[in-house]
Amino acid sequence: MPKVLLDWFYVAVFAVVGTLMAVLPLVVVWLLAPRADLPQKTITYESGVIPFGQAWAQFNVRYYLFALVFVVFDVEVIYLYPWAVVFRQLGTFAFAEMLLFLLVLLVGLAYAWRKGALEWV
Amino acid sequence: MGELAAFMILSLVTLIPAVVVVTSSNIVRAALSLVPTFLGVTGLYVMLQAEFVAGIQVLIYAGAITVLILFVIMLTEGGTGVRTRQLNDQVPLGAMAAVWLAFVLIVIFTRTGWPTAAGVLPAYNVVAVGNAFLSDYVLIFEVTSVVLLVSLVGAIVIARRED
Repeated sequence: MPKVLLDWFYVAVFAVVGTLMAVLPLVVVWLLAPRADLPQKTITYESGVIPFGQAWAQFNVRYYLFALVFVVFDVEVIYLYPWAVVFRQLGTFAFAEMLLFLLVLLVGLAYAWRKGALEWV
Repeated sequence: MGELAAFMILSLVTLIPAVVVVTSSNIVRAALSLVPTFLGVTGLYVMLQAEFVAGIQVLIYAGAITVLILFVIMLTEGGTGVRTRQLNDQVPLGAMAAVWLAFVLIVIFTRTGWPTAAGVLPAYNVVAVGNAFLSDYVLIFEVTSVVLLVSLVGAIVIARRED
């Protein structure tokens, strides 16, 4: 097996073990724990407060800004990934390039902050 | 053998949620089912030794695209228990088109020789992508940050005006 695929084999093992760690406790609880079906148990858990209204309501458009800010910095991570792999070989210049890249995006973050787009109201 | 087994498992991980996406009458469930589909495709990219595309697939598709779709559902006027009809009377027509497309793809797949080019792929192609970004295409790389900045500022300006 080539080394690269062997590396991914570890990833596969990790994925399987991770899935089992999530599923096994549920199975064990389902097998062992006593159950009482009360109507209160089907209520949505909302930090201990009895929920009111419907969960599926129309949200204010300003919440869309959180999604957009997230997407922009998600795309930024895409560019950080190949940079992080090679910047040791390319040295100071590559570091300065990424600094400039991040600086431009920092302006965007500062603007979003200043405009209150990050405030959860 | 192991490769075939991995391909089969990843195909199932991709296809089963994909069927839920196009059949579920609960639109949130359909949107969330996109995540395992995208992750299955990620595994297929990994099998093709395209790690960078696989990384993009996780971050952009499983992360950003799904979040955007869920936010769009949140912002749309709806209500609990809304049932989305995924099927209409054009089902036979669509099925015929799908079968025809599958037929054409299978014919192409079996008739083509699939010659492989000479030369070896680098073990990790992310290195090549990173080198290209930071040396030959550095201007494009930096301009990308400006594009991201414009999209961020533009989105804030438009959304603020709505208030």
